Amino acid sequence: MVQKIKAKIVDAEGVERTIVRLAHEVIERNRGAKEIVVIGLRTRGVTIGRRLVEKIKAIENFDVPFGVLDVTLYRDDFRRRLKQPVIQISDIPFAIDEKHVILVDDVLYTGRTMRAALDALMDLGRPASVQVAVFVDRGHREMPIRADYVGKNIPTSVGEEIQVRLKQVDQEDCVLLVESPEEVE
Amino acid sequence: MALQSRHLLGLEGVNREEIALILDTAESFMEILQRPIPKVPTLRGKTVVNLFFENSTRTRISFELAEKRLTADTVNFSTSTSSVKKGETLKDTIRNIEAMNIDMVVVRHSAAGVPLFLTRCVDAAIINAGDGMHEHPTQALLDMMTIRRKAGDLQGLKVAIVGDIAHSRVAGSNIHGLLTMGAEVMLCGPKTLMPMHAERLGVRVSHRLEDALEWADYLNVLRIQLERQHKGLFPTIREYHREFGITLERLEQAKRDVVILHPGPINRGVELDSDVADSDFSVILDQVTNGVAVRMAVLYLLSGSDPALE
Amino acid sequence: MQTIDRLLICNAEIIDFAAGEQKKIDLVICGDRIDKVGQIDADAFSGLIFDASDHVIVPGLMDMHVHLREPGREDEETIESGCAAAMAGGFTTICAMPNTDPPCDSQEDVRFLKKRAESQLVDVLPIAAITKGRAGKEITEMADLLRAGAVAFSDDGSPVSNNSVMRRACEYASMYDAVIVDHCEDVDLAADGHMNEGEMSTRLGIAGIPNAAEAIQVYRDIELARLTGCRIHIAHISTRESVQAVRRAKQEGLPVTCEVTPHHLMFSDKALVVYDTNLKMNPPLRTEEDIAALEQGLKDGTIDVIASDHAPHSIEEKDVEFEAAPFGIIGLETLLGVVLKRIVERKVLTLQEALYRISTAPRKVLNLPVPQLRVGEAANLSVIHPTREWVVDVKKTRSRSRNTPYGGMTMLGQVAAVINKGLLWQP
Repeated sequence: MVQKIKAKIVDAEGVERTIVRLAHEVIERNRGAKEIVVIGLRTRGVTIGRRLVEKIKAIENFDVPFGVLDVTLYRDDFRRRLKQPVIQISDIPFAIDEKHVILVDDVLYTGRTMRAALDALMDLGRPASVQVAVFVDRGHREMPIRADYVGKNIPTSVGEEIQVRLKQVDQEDCVLLVESPEEVE
Repeated sequence: MALQSRHLLGLEGVNREEIALILDTAESFMEILQRPIPKVPTLRGKTVVNLFFENSTRTRISFELAEKRLTADTVNFSTSTSSVKKGETLKDTIRNIEAMNIDMVVVRHSAAGVPLFLTRCVDAAIINAGDGMHEHPTQALLDMMTIRRKAGDLQGLKVAIVGDIAHSRVAGSNIHGLLTMGAEVMLCGPKTLMPMHAERLGVRVSHRLEDALEWADYLNVLRIQLERQHKGLFPTIREYHREFGITLERLEQAKRDVVILHPGPINRGVELDSDVADSDFSVILDQVTNGVAVRMAVLYLLSGSDPALE
Repeated sequence: MQTIDRLLICNAEIIDFAAGEQKKIDLVICGDRIDKVGQIDADAFSGLIFDASDHVIVPGLMDMHVHLREPGREDEETIESGCAAAMAGGFTTICAMPNTDPPCDSQEDVRFLKKRAESQLVDVLPIAAITKGRAGKEITEMADLLRAGAVAFSDDGSPVSNNSVMRRACEYASMYDAVIVDHCEDVDLAADGHMNEGEMSTRLGIAGIPNAAEAIQVYRDIELARLTGCRIHIAHISTRESVQAVRRAKQEGLPVTCEVTPHHLMFSDKALVVYDTNLKMNPPLRTEEDIAALEQGLKDGTIDVIASDHAPHSIEEKDVEFEAAPFGIIGLETLLGVVLKRIVERKVLTLQEALYRISTAPRKVLNLPVPQLRVGEAANLSVIHPTREWVVDVKKTRSRSRNTPYGGMTMLGQVAAVINKGLLWQP
């Protein structure tokens, strides 16, 4: 499937700079990195989360615990699907109790994924606080969710889509604005 | 990737990718089962009926727990076929269930083919929890999951199923599942408890326990139903134990790292000695844990297919 | 159904089994007799004319193995509905098996059946029980039963297991040259079985009935035929071992005959993969190898007769889990179609050979007169279009029961008319 690319909004250097800025913001707000844990949402939130943790390490020289969360089982569009999505393993090898959890995802859109992630997190323990970090906030929220750290605010229309490409999975760093594919269902 | 059928009636005809999907999904659920709150809201609002026409505390509890861990609403219906005239109850029960707007039915029955029969009667997804001497797919899946967790891969493994093969739905499902996943299978037991033309299923057949012990990486030891003796299928429990019972002494003939499975409940001192069942060879309790995860995986994967959307 | 006054059937091919030939001929029937045979000018004929071009005429078809459920289970089949199904299947004659409730084991029962069938076009010939109450213990009053109209003896459905009882029955029947029709099944070997024992039963997890359960009783019957001289007819033969045993017995000149059903020729146990209770029969559907042996038996004459084993069961009884369902299917209306489709079209038998096995052969087995297509003889005949195809519509069955696996299947050979007792039936 070839999607029509409308614009390249952020280039490789911009992606790197943004992650560095996000790392600084997280550290500043939490007065260091000692009490935080970072949890990336599958799948691109994991890659961004890992890069965030690397940057924090570079700045603070401290290994922030990093975990992976699959929210498939908590989604609210369950009944509207024909076939079940393949679920992957959540891997959070540390206790989140009394920690400041930074939930990381690539794009914040309707807020439903983040809503599911909050539910999933509550089943794992009782964090001191939950903060949301996203690379792109594209608007159109359907839930009372807001991000604490935003890489880029990119206003979009519903017929558009944001693609965050990362060198670890896509061989390049950039953010693209593309046209949504035709509804398949 | 998804399952081809809306129902899980057996493992015959279920392909390698599907079995792998179920086992992989079950691994994800193992992670959930280890959480402080081992529960996810995935099946919220879905209603599952556990329809047990035959006593089976273990399987029913395992399914019920799996359903509750997925936040499904669970209804249990247990009855014995022997108390009422056969046929009438089944048909009537099914009609009643159809009227109650049920999403999934987990069924256990003493007659082979009943789960398939139910698919013709109701819209709900049907999961076979054991039908007569036919299949018990979730048991075989949990056995395979247990083996896979030990060995990493089923391909090329040698699994011997020992005991009353003829009357065992566990054997039935394991044969299909293991062969599909690339394992080799040997059936071992007295000829009176071996089904006709078993070798045509693509398995080895032996009537000497030594063959199985020397050959197998994994031994799946089946429960001996004591009523089989009354039917004259073997002379005495004593002789069965001497010929086919797994004892620590006989295990000296086996590979040193042989692993022993048993679907439970064990007749200690008959097919399996206590000191074997409780030894490091045994993964029987792992099977029980894995059973919940496997059943969660099956419930999850089958719940997505809403017939109204098809 | 209508009464025949004067009827001309013209342009039909008449099959004369005795001469082994088939010739085009016209036939005039007055009342219940054949009045003229030869070239008849239709224009000069006054009466009903039936142009039977492309049809064949055979002595009235006979099904020697039918279960009518009257008395006892009239909800499943009555004598009347059974006869309607028989006519639709092309039969003018059927034998009624005695496993009714009460069973047909006394002369009153035989008379009841004959009385109830009196007004029917179809001749209903009672087969009486071998033992009282079909219990396998004491033999029935065979002489009395024969006098009342019984044409043979059978405990069909529940075999006579006790060899001594069977021997006495054979000895006794042989005094009257009567035929014993035996359902061969070793009940201990068959025990809890619901299908053929083999790879399929292993796959499906259903207890099996081994070939040996039938063969052992066939061997026994052959030895009792040798011992007593009684004529024994093996009902619904299903295994290669049984075919071979009967073949040898015939070679030895023993008075043993046998029949096969259409379903044992049509389906193997592989068809049971969806647990269809309409494929649950006793004896069970066997394997491809057995089917091949049955076909060979038909070819070489080891198997004398094809009979339906028409066994009506209610929907309630059949629409249950496989193991709880009763054995048997209806078959009167589909026998001819299956035989032509499966046996004639696939050239196992010629049309003549196949029709012989469902008209003349059963009468020879039971020592009954064979209807002759000659002037002055009673008109007992069936008119068939042998190459016309039709599709089985279960809803249109004349039987009171619907337990057939043939729904939606294409059959070969359509019944155009049956004539008997001065009556004409056309679909």
